[in-house]
Amino acid sequence: MVKQDNEVTWQDIEIGGIVTNPGNADYYRTGDWRSNKPVYEFSRCIKCGLCAIFCPEACITRNEEGYFEGDQYWCKGCGICAKECPVYAIKMVEEVE
Amino acid sequence: MAERAGIETSVAIGDAVKAADADVIAAYPITPQTHIVEHLAELVANGELDAEYIPVESEHSAMSACLGSAAAGARTFTASAGQGIELMHEVLYVASAMRLPIVMAVTNRAVSSPLSVWGDHSDVMSCRDVGWIQVFVENGQEAVDHTICAFRIAEDNNVLLPVMVNLDGFHLSHVIEPITVPDREEVEKYLPPNSYPLPLNPDKPVAMGDFAPPFIFTEAKWAQEMNIRKSYDHIIKAWQEFGEQFGRHYHPVEHYRTEGATTLLLTMGSFSETAMTAIDSMREKGEKVGLIRLRLWRPFPFEELRKALKGVDTLVVLDRAISVGGPGGPVASEVKAALYNQKDRPSVVSFVGGLGGRDVTREGFETIINRGREIAEKGSENEFEIHGVRE
Repeated sequence: MVKQDNEVTWQDIEIGGIVTNPGNADYYRTGDWRSNKPVYEFSRCIKCGLCAIFCPEACITRNEEGYFEGDQYWCKGCGICAKECPVYAIKMVEEVE
Repeated sequence: MAERAGIETSVAIGDAVKAADADVIAAYPITPQTHIVEHLAELVANGELDAEYIPVESEHSAMSACLGSAAAGARTFTASAGQGIELMHEVLYVASAMRLPIVMAVTNRAVSSPLSVWGDHSDVMSCRDVGWIQVFVENGQEAVDHTICAFRIAEDNNVLLPVMVNLDGFHLSHVIEPITVPDREEVEKYLPPNSYPLPLNPDKPVAMGDFAPPFIFTEAKWAQEMNIRKSYDHIIKAWQEFGEQFGRHYHPVEHYRTEGATTLLLTMGSFSETAMTAIDSMREKGEKVGLIRLRLWRPFPFEELRKALKGVDTLVVLDRAISVGGPGGPVASEVKAALYNQKDRPSVVSFVGGLGGRDVTREGFETIINRGREIAEKGSENEFEIHGVRE
C-alpha cells in the first residue's frame, strides 16, 4: 500500500532522495496554486492550438469536439494562453472558491 | 611495491588519483591547487590515466560536472581552494544531500579580501555545514594516503558521501617530501570498483535531485544527518584496513606526547608538525604539555575528543580562520560546545593565528601555550586572542 504524504518517515526516503518511479509529477496537483482560472468561449475558438503550444504546464489538450481546453488539475492559472489566443477566446477570471 | 621518493605533494596527490584509477576529473585551476590538476591533465593527455578530463569554465561548473559524473557511477575527483570553494559553494550542498561519492582535495587558502593566495582555513570553515566528510592532513604522505582512503570511504555503499581532503596551501601543497605513492595493484586490493547503487541508466530511469515540499523536507534532512553520523564507523574501518595493508595508521583525533599532560594544544593540518617541535622543547624543560590534532572535522569526533581531554586542565586551540564578529575561532567554538555538558572539562582558550600564509614558529607555539595557561588561570575579558598581530 502506498503511504500517504504525512505517513512517510525519514527511513522511507531512498538514497539521496532518488525517485525510482520517475514521471510521478503527474500526481502533483499544481491546480491549487491558481488564483485566476481560464474560461473558454468555444464559439470564438478557431482550433489553432497556439494556447496548447504556449502552455508552460503542457496541460492543454483537445476535447471531443476539437476545442482546446486546459486540465484544471494542473493549470496554474498563469494566463499565457489567454494572452496568446489570437481570437480572444480565453478570459482569465478570479478563482472564487 | 611502490618506492619512496622525493616528490611535490600536489604531484603525489595526482599520482594517487591515478593509482585509484579515477574515471572523471572535472576541475578549474586555482592557486595553490594548480599543480594537482595540471599533473592530472598531463597524466590523462599522456594516456597514463584512462579518464575523462573536463576542463570546465568555473568551479561552479566543476562541481556540477562532478555531480553528473558521480551520478552515472564514475569514480570522480576534483580539487579547489579559496575563492574556488566559494564559487562552488551551493553545489557542495547538493553533492552531499544527493549522496554522490565525489573526492575533492582542498589546498586550503585564505578568502579575499584582501586578496591572498596563501594558506589558512577560511575556505574550509565556510564549508562547515555543507554535509561533506572532511579530513585534514599534515604532510605529503598523509595527503596521498587520505586521497586513496577518501575514494574508499566515499564509495562505500554504507556511506555514499562526498569527501574533502584538506591540505594546507603552499605549506603542504608545494613542498617536496619523501613520499610513497602506492601503485595501482596495491590500491586495487584496498579499493574495490565503484558500485553506486542507483546510477543514471537509460534502461532503468530514476529522477535525481528532486524537490521536496514541506511535508518531506525535514525527513530528507534527518536522513542526511543519520547517514553522516553512521558513516563514522565506516571511516574508522576504512582507516583501520588501510593501516593493516599499508602500515600507516590514522585516527579521528591524533595524539602527540599527551601522556600525563595537563595542558594540551589542539591544531589541524600541517602546522601540527611545527607544534610537535614546540611540545618537544617544552617537554624537555619538564612541562606537562601535549598535542592533539583533529584529523576528522566532519562527522565531528565528539566521543574521541572528550576521551582525549579526560584529566586535562587546559586546552589551547589554534584556529587558522577567524569568525569575524563572532567567537573567534570556529574550531575552538565547536570544541567548547562539545564539552559544555561535561562535568569535568578543561578550560578552553581560543587563539587565532597563521592567517593568510603567516607562519607560526616553534617559539610562537610556545608563546601561545604559555599565554593560554595564563588566561586559563587568571581569566580574560576577550572571547579569543589573536597571535602575532602587530600593535
